[in-house]
Amino acid sequence: MELTTVWFLLIAVLWTGYFVLEGFDFGVGILLPFLGGGDGERRTIVKTIGPVWDGNEVWLLVAGGATFAAFPEWYATLFSGFYLPLFLILLALIVRGVALEYRGKSDSTKGWDRAFFWGSLGPALLWGVAFANMVRGVPLDADHEYTGTLFTLLNPFALLGGLAMLLLCTQHGAVFLALRTTGELRKGAARIAAALAPATVVVVLVFLLMARAGVLSWVAVAVAAVGLAVALIATLRGRDGWAFTGSAVAIAAFVATLFTSMWPNVLPALDPANSLTVTNAASSPYTLTVMTWVAAVFTPVVLGYQAWTYWVFRRRLTGAYSA
Amino acid sequence: MDVLDLSRWQFGITTVYHFLFVPLTIGLSVIVAGLQTAWYRTGKQEYLRMTRFWGRLFLINFAMGVVTGIVQEFQFGMNWSDYSRFVGDVFGAPLAMEGLIAFFMESTFLGLWIFGWDKLPKKVHLATIWLAAIGTNISAYFILAANSWMQHPVGYRINNGRAELTDIWAVLTNSTTLVTFPHVIAGGFLVAGAFVLGVSAWFLMRRREVDVFRPAARLAMVVSLVAAVGVSLSGHWQAQIMTEQQPMKMAAAEALWDDESSAGFSLFAIGDVENGRNHVNLQIPYGLSLLATNTLDGKVEGINDIQERYQALYGPGDYRPVVGLAYWSFRLMIGFGMLSALLALAGLWLTRRGRLPAGKWAYRLAMLGIGLPFVANSLGWIFTEMGRQPWTVFGLMRTAAAVSPGADVPSVAITLVGFTLVYAVLAVIEVRLLLKFIKRGAQEELEPEAPVPALSY
Repeated sequence: MELTTVWFLLIAVLWTGYFVLEGFDFGVGILLPFLGGGDGERRTIVKTIGPVWDGNEVWLLVAGGATFAAFPEWYATLFSGFYLPLFLILLALIVRGVALEYRGKSDSTKGWDRAFFWGSLGPALLWGVAFANMVRGVPLDADHEYTGTLFTLLNPFALLGGLAMLLLCTQHGAVFLALRTTGELRKGAARIAAALAPATVVVVLVFLLMARAGVLSWVAVAVAAVGLAVALIATLRGRDGWAFTGSAVAIAAFVATLFTSMWPNVLPALDPANSLTVTNAASSPYTLTVMTWVAAVFTPVVLGYQAWTYWVFRRRLTGAYSA
Repeated sequence: MDVLDLSRWQFGITTVYHFLFVPLTIGLSVIVAGLQTAWYRTGKQEYLRMTRFWGRLFLINFAMGVVTGIVQEFQFGMNWSDYSRFVGDVFGAPLAMEGLIAFFMESTFLGLWIFGWDKLPKKVHLATIWLAAIGTNISAYFILAANSWMQHPVGYRINNGRAELTDIWAVLTNSTTLVTFPHVIAGGFLVAGAFVLGVSAWFLMRRREVDVFRPAARLAMVVSLVAAVGVSLSGHWQAQIMTEQQPMKMAAAEALWDDESSAGFSLFAIGDVENGRNHVNLQIPYGLSLLATNTLDGKVEGINDIQERYQALYGPGDYRPVVGLAYWSFRLMIGFGMLSALLALAGLWLTRRGRLPAGKWAYRLAMLGIGLPFVANSLGWIFTEMGRQPWTVFGLMRTAAAVSPGADVPSVAITLVGFTLVYAVLAVIEVRLLLKFIKRGAQEELEPEAPVPALSY
């Protein structure tokens, strides 16, 4: 396999890891106002992601860094072109991160919970908008500079992508909360997961069918459909582990659909002659070789200790209050 | 202001702000890990209380470092897309390594540390704080390797109008990195030392919890002194390497206008940039030559002469940084750092053999002293980045050519104002939270059954 293909796949994997993991973090934040009745419940809800959310967010930083190293043109055009949405995402992530760390240390959690909610909802929506545009194509000139405006990015298709991602994350968060809690909290989360499922299935599948291109993406769309179905059925039967697996698979297949549809472009232009591809956006073979070695050695290590973290905190959090 | 100016201000503000939290994280992570090790070894409750107390403050600070760090990673692409295109092949590699090797490590193990007190065996729990601290320090290495490449590009060739990596090992062992890394790490410990000392002084002045804050203060002062020696030695090597690699920056730092043998070290100068000379210059004779070349009569290049040589080398243009800024940031960096060390030395004397100063002024000075190494660190970065101008990558790419060509003034102005406002609000919240948890003290750990609200959500 060519190294540019390897890195295209690896970056797809990093984004997949980011959305599968931070996806439920976002969902937890979005559901907090709807699920958390009292202070104690809200504390339990936040605590389900307490030990892991920061590690989950690093997937984003590594996806960004890997794109910079492996496809500098992609990194440069995407980040300068999607300027204001990215700014909003950054602001949201800043406020959200601080809210998560400081809410438990502050006298009043109200403001922090609001920041946590918007800081979760915003990025879930905006990442969906951004990725939909990456699949659809954006106006680029011959120097690969983005020539559109903010409103170019806010087209109906992209907004549908945003909604799809938002629903997917919310659903994922509900399923995750059902898995990680007990009693009323667990019941409430499962109820929301079941209630959201029809809308999620419809919006996500309509979006994916509009977004997909190429043969491979059919497989990905099918897997996403199966994942969502498993998540719904398992939720109804109270099989939380399977429900979470299903929705995690659905998110992975969602990202896979987008990436298989983009290939071999990394950022298609409305005028295909100006598209950024795995070839014309890539770093030199030497850099890709070096980075391949680094990734081959360290990725398994990271996966190992992150998996161990989830193992350590595998117990359900009980009741309305936990220390 | 145009897009270039706005982008530079944005980079300056967000980076200096981010680097208020980083040095404290670097130093304090190791101090907390050390305290927990002491508790693990001796089982003394004092060490546990200290670990918890400083650990809480560490986490409040760490959170700010994390969230402001996200911006750092993205703004190269956002505001400096032509820079990213030109350097990505080289510069992206250490950045990606930082994420994969260091960021994952520090954030994952810190999560385990915060929530793992009652879930992990003591020894494993101790290991998590060490791994987080090591991750933090590794991260510093990679980002400094990236920055050093901008100061002194190595291991690359120019191909198809961009810099391409030819030797990753050369980039990771860049002589500039090797001297900058110890300088930055030692600078981090100087910050952590002053912080722990200043906070402890608040308690000691009130004679509150002397049993934990006296040892903390003593430890902090020893840390500060060792760090100060490290900062000075590494800073000295760094300056020698800079004289060789970026003579213009060094000449500007010294307000040395013309090539000079037996150059003096300037203490105070009032310069005349237009005519390329100083009105007033108070010097230590031979000082600069000695520091820069290890000989009394070594030749040090001056601004005017370097400017001429660079015009011959790189074409017409102004290759001088803002001399006044380079001169004063360099001087004040050294001055504030030295004051910080002096404070620690005086403190060690005043607290010798069980003593505690009677009056209040010593404690107040120690509290005020918290600011000294923070300012010194900021000035160090302002000096080294501003002193490199007009280059963004020395000798290869000018800052003016690095900015995003598609960016427009309103967009960059919005993000500049947006980040600055949010950062300002967060600064207020952070300081308030720190004060709240400082005032609470280290007592609560004495009640074994009490939940630990600060360390859980």
